[in-house]
Amino acid sequence: MTEQPQEPLLSVTGLAVDYGTGRRRARVVEGVDLAIPPGRTLGLVGESGSGKSTIGKAVLGLVPIAAGSVVFEGRDVARLSGRERRALGARRQVVFQDPYSSLDPTKTIGYTLAEPCVNRPAGERMTRQQIADRMGSLLGRVGLGPDAAHRYPAQFSGGQRQRIAIARSLMLSPRLVVCDEPVSALDLSVQAEVLNLLAEVQRDLGLSLLFISHDLTVVRHISHEIVVLRGGRVVERGPAERVYEYPEDPYTQSLLASAPVPDPDEQQLRRDARRALAEQEG
Amino acid sequence: MTAIGRSRALSTGILPRVLRKPLGVVSGVVLLVIVLAVIAAPLIAPADPLAQSLRDVRQGPSAAHLLGTDSLGRDVLSRLLYGGQESLAGVVEAVLAMLVIAVPLGVVAGYLGGIVDRIVLRVVDVLLSIPGTIITLAVLAIFNNSMLVAMISVGVLASGAFIRVFRSVVLGVRQELYIGAARVSGVDEPRIVLRHVLPQLRGVLLVQITLFAAATLGIQTGLAFLAFGPPPPAPTWGGMVAEAASLIQIDPWLLVPTGGIIAVTTLALCLLGDAVRDANQERFTFAGSAARRSPAAARAVERPAAPEPSGRSAAGALLAVRGLRVGFGERGAETVVVDGVDLEVEPGEVVGLVGESGSGKTVTALSLLGLLGANGRIVDGSIRFDGQELVGLSNAKLREVRGAGIAMISQEPMVSLDPSFRVGSQIAEAASAHRRLGRRSARERVDELLRAVRLDPSVARKYPHEISGGMAQRVAIAIALAGEPRLLIADEPTTALDVTVQAEILDLLRGIQQRTGMAIVLVSHDWGVIADLCSRAVVMYAGQVVESAPVRATFAEPRHPYTLALLRSNPHDAVPGEPLPTIGGVVPSPAQWPVGCRFAARCAFATDACRQAPIPMVDVGDGRMSRCIRVDALREAVA
Repeated sequence: MTEQPQEPLLSVTGLAVDYGTGRRRARVVEGVDLAIPPGRTLGLVGESGSGKSTIGKAVLGLVPIAAGSVVFEGRDVARLSGRERRALGARRQVVFQDPYSSLDPTKTIGYTLAEPCVNRPAGERMTRQQIADRMGSLLGRVGLGPDAAHRYPAQFSGGQRQRIAIARSLMLSPRLVVCDEPVSALDLSVQAEVLNLLAEVQRDLGLSLLFISHDLTVVRHISHEIVVLRGGRVVERGPAERVYEYPEDPYTQSLLASAPVPDPDEQQLRRDARRALAEQEG
Repeated sequence: MTAIGRSRALSTGILPRVLRKPLGVVSGVVLLVIVLAVIAAPLIAPADPLAQSLRDVRQGPSAAHLLGTDSLGRDVLSRLLYGGQESLAGVVEAVLAMLVIAVPLGVVAGYLGGIVDRIVLRVVDVLLSIPGTIITLAVLAIFNNSMLVAMISVGVLASGAFIRVFRSVVLGVRQELYIGAARVSGVDEPRIVLRHVLPQLRGVLLVQITLFAAATLGIQTGLAFLAFGPPPPAPTWGGMVAEAASLIQIDPWLLVPTGGIIAVTTLALCLLGDAVRDANQERFTFAGSAARRSPAAARAVERPAAPEPSGRSAAGALLAVRGLRVGFGERGAETVVVDGVDLEVEPGEVVGLVGESGSGKTVTALSLLGLLGANGRIVDGSIRFDGQELVGLSNAKLREVRGAGIAMISQEPMVSLDPSFRVGSQIAEAASAHRRLGRRSARERVDELLRAVRLDPSVARKYPHEISGGMAQRVAIAIALAGEPRLLIADEPTTALDVTVQAEILDLLRGIQQRTGMAIVLVSHDWGVIADLCSRAVVMYAGQVVESAPVRATFAEPRHPYTLALLRSNPHDAVPGEPLPTIGGVVPSPAQWPVGCRFAARCAFATDACRQAPIPMVDVGDGRMSRCIRVDALREAVA
């Protein structure tokens, strides 16, 4: 996995995000720099409270930025007008963690998929037929039949809903998809299917992915580069293989040592390594 | 995708669901008849409501006057029909006034939040502090007895409470991820409100409208009773009740139709509100469909007899489960979700119960303690703990076993702690439930237990919201240890925790297990957790145990195709950049369990023989059991 000298699709510099107002204001993300080249996956790893989801929301414009900049396709997102920012929806999409809350239960899958396509600026507007065609091909792409469009979210399993959420994110041919813990609510076998699907659409469509997860193993599998977060700050970054196999930062080391592996003997070794690490620190 | 085809088509319309309820139909029809009759009063009324006939005063029901006549000989039925116009119009005016104010303000406050929300809430506070009765009476005095203005003011004054109701619904909807997804897609805010927020409000709206209508009918008729509104001889429902009340000694009948119509209308509105509320709740769920599954009893016949697991004598086991079947739903027509599970736990052994969602692992664990809830029950089988049969035991007897014999920790430690009591008192409560303890010795025991879970004794003085998730799970473990149980059931104890905290909790459980020799049944979907803690793994699929083996052997050479496929789909052992091996298909739901092997449809090794008859658990050597007749093929493939 060699570095590509390409202009990054997304570059985040000195990002800071505050939550709360007035005296209860607290900085949850501080001084984070990220860059994702086209067609690559950046994995964002951290435990709860590390600010990883907040960074994803900031990139999507769902939370206000306190400092720093988010530059997407060479333009500072914060400086765009409301209309321009809405138009970004076409090229910047999201897949959330919870497959149960991410689809409106009152709307058919067809409505949910078509929604991003309606009320676009005049030049990009799709005809009804175009929308239907795209919907059909994307539903097929994520492994569902075209009749799924007439059904409601309650009729699908968690894994199927996550596929639908992926299909929705692809309706407008985006260039960047933010995946916020897209597989952590799924069973192991379903998780594998969704990960494969994401890797496949990335390869076929040249997507960039910002993949947010607490699970280093999953992130390692899908990412080209990994950024490890702790308490809203970056503690380590590098190519996925290097970070996973030879972590430099003690926190990354303890994170890796803590994740149990499906092998009793290797797990025993990891446990001992973690103890040694803890003794070193304490 | 087979799962799409299986689910019952959902009707999204709330109306058909209301009409499916007897109560909804009856109350709806009654209301409709009353409203239509009142509207059509000029057409259907048998007499002029004002026509007096002093020859026929105070008559009971007769063919000429279906509901009798009043003290001036006027036809009661006609007067009720005409009088209803004023009453029902009043209800409509008040409800409309309320909606016009409460819906926009509630939605705006809930959706925008911040300063707008605060301003709206202050306005609501003011509205709520205004004495409604006095204002309404003043309005009537100022506006020349106008019932229209009075009812509108009733609606305006009531809107405060409804703004709050609608705001809280919208607050919840605002958090939903699909709102975020729509926003990311560039859908503008008014459209999001219209398309995603308001539909969620619809059910609550209908319920509140019917209940508020019932209340305003009371207010309207009450005002008319007090002689506000149109002056006599114009008929009003309230006025007619007032007249009937004054004649109650002479003509008690008169009160029946006049009061009756108000009572029936109010009752119908309230019942309709109930029906709408129920219909709204079940709208997006599968409630009501679960009971229509195949009866459990029919399946019991073709079950192969459970063989004694080889090499493990059930006699020495601490826990021996045999042929456990657990069903949910109506008695006699249960949906069986755990179907013939056998499980042994030796004293001091750590057994992992592993499987995906829908495998029945958690239900199996809960049934061991009789914690299935009102809807579930053990249909068949036996659970012997320490030689004592637990199935069919009374609740009082089970309570003796719980805690002291078998204890439990759950996935959500915060939920299992009572937020209104200090941690220490909750541990002390558990401790003194098993042994009588004085105040002082209780405190010592709490300190001892907290130290056992490696927490500082000062934690005892904290409330659950003051501690972290990891600490809460430690407290839950301390509570579980209070009765010195011989078996701990840990249901996904670390799933909700961060990995570093998970590692600490697993270390803690291992330490306690080694020190006390307590046996553990660990329910988990995480193979890493199973590898870390367990000595034996029991794999479940679609309500059955499919494989049971020492943990090292399970990982090294699985003897069931499902175990193999599940292990392979783990990204841990995969090559990055390569697709992960997947199983394909979905776990069948209980209604779709096939006669033969339940994994056959997704299995690479399946043959016709697999699908024809139920597959028994077979001994595959080395103290291992597998529910597979293709073990030899599997063994070759793995080797």
